[in-house]
Amino acid sequence: MTQVYCIHREDNVGTALVGLVPGPVRVLGEVDIHEVAEVACSEPIDAGHKMASRAIAKGEAVVKYGLPIGRATCDIAPGQWVHLHNCESQFDERSNTLDVHTGAPTERDVYR
Amino acid sequence: MNDVKSEHTGGLRKETAAEHVGGHVVGEMGDEGDVGKVEGVGGQMGGQVGGWEGYLREDGRKGVRNLVLVIYTVECASFVAQRIAEGEQDTHVIGFPGCYDNAYAIRLMLALARHPNVGAVLAVGLGCEYTQPKRIADVVRESGRPAANFFIQDVGGTETGIAKGKQIVNQMREQITRDAKRVTMTMADLVIGCECGGSDGTSGLAGNPVVGRLFDRLVDAGGLAVFEETVEMIGLKEMILSRAAHDEAREALAHAYDKAMAYCQEVRQFSAAPGNFAGGLTTIEEKSLGAFAKSGSRAIEGVVKVGEPVWHRSRLGNESEQSMSPESANPSRGGHASKKNAGGLWLLDSVPDAHFMQFGYTNANDSEGLMDLIAAGCQIVLFVTGRGSVIGSPIAPLIKVTGNRQTYERMQGDMDFCAAGILEGRVTLDECADELLALVLATASGAMSKPERLGHREFFIPYKHQDVPLLQVGCRV
Repeated sequence: MTQVYCIHREDNVGTALVGLVPGPVRVLGEVDIHEVAEVACSEPIDAGHKMASRAIAKGEAVVKYGLPIGRATCDIAPGQWVHLHNCESQFDERSNTLDVHTGAPTERDVYR
Repeated sequence: MNDVKSEHTGGLRKETAAEHVGGHVVGEMGDEGDVGKVEGVGGQMGGQVGGWEGYLREDGRKGVRNLVLVIYTVECASFVAQRIAEGEQDTHVIGFPGCYDNAYAIRLMLALARHPNVGAVLAVGLGCEYTQPKRIADVVRESGRPAANFFIQDVGGTETGIAKGKQIVNQMREQITRDAKRVTMTMADLVIGCECGGSDGTSGLAGNPVVGRLFDRLVDAGGLAVFEETVEMIGLKEMILSRAAHDEAREALAHAYDKAMAYCQEVRQFSAAPGNFAGGLTTIEEKSLGAFAKSGSRAIEGVVKVGEPVWHRSRLGNESEQSMSPESANPSRGGHASKKNAGGLWLLDSVPDAHFMQFGYTNANDSEGLMDLIAAGCQIVLFVTGRGSVIGSPIAPLIKVTGNRQTYERMQGDMDFCAAGILEGRVTLDECADELLALVLATASGAMSKPERLGHREFFIPYKHQDVPLLQVGCRV
């Protein structure tokens, strides 16, 4: 079974250690390596990207390392990919304009 | 975290050193005799006092290499400087491209010229520029090192310049080999720096945490650890301040954080690149948490700016605090001042200070950050990269660490160390830190890192401004 890695007990996202496909995913954690939970992944998620391990309501903090790394911009269900399309920084306004897959800038005027 | 207190081995278990140094880490470094050296280190560490032979400099610092450094003082002299060093053993090049001089860049070059891994310096200019090769050579000579300088215009041009330079470099190498003061080094003599670049989702989970654990071991053994990238601490102010060793450090950290935040807002760019997002990082806060993991868990002693050697600074701090009587009532400061061995964990601030013109980007690329760490006096630098990187560095060997198994396998020729075993549940963070420590000590004792062996010597010295009142300004000493 594929796995995601949760760093902290309070995290609501885990990092995909390999590319994920929809289906059951094991949630590993450093806090207690024997504590194993399972979440149904609902969409393809690349390695290194995050999957919600719990439901995250719109406006709620996305938590990794036990600390908020941003805010959910819509309701996120367990098993969904968490990235630029549904999570925003408290500080950085530009990142949510970037291409969600490549991270490349999408502003057009610079290259005109 | 308190399981490691052994001063000389940093808690390295003998069997771990033998197992991993002989096998998976260094076995891949090549078959050119390094394995023997490395095993020697492992044996020494497990056995007696854990030392290796380094190079003693006049200021008391110890180097792990004995290099000739060629410095060019304007872009127009760069071709000749590079050709002088080409094919020469243990000869590295740095330089500054601008014709108009810059105090920051000169300070940075002077710090590099007097780096403990550098034994001698040749400064080469064209002849029109502001930055003066002779002034650089004078400062280097005052530090007890052989130094020479010339203008290419004075010696006849490209071919004669290269020939003259090669002759000088060869003389210098003979001299510093003959006159080298060898000295036993232990972990307490090491200054190690770390930066990350090309980060992905594994960097904050494995690559940076393993360096953090290594830094804990280094600091506990009395060594100096330097980490940087204040623009990658956005969102972590309280967490960083809670790590301050004393009030003075706390103030310096708060100032560095606020400056980094103001800088990012001013340039309208936080320190996250397309590759970071493609690799799974979503926000600067997330990147910051992962980047900060490389600082480990020990108290932060203070902030150094670019060109300030941390070894001097850590001792200067103690002296000045002892003499500063009004503050001596403060118990935290008193405790700091009484510390004999001035090691510890330090933050390097490379963000430009406010100036009449806001020129200078903080770490425009990874090479610049590495130059800053090396200028702080790091004898070895660590580079954590999840996505992979093919840079190296002059002066101090670069060790590349990745937490991404695919990256390691795809780019094995460039990656020195794979920390992916942590995420695969095959090795604990502590075991992985022991392996990395063994590699660092092997490199300190002479084994070449992969970028070093491949001949990577990238450097980057830009125009920038930082206020450093304690340091001499430029060459006008």
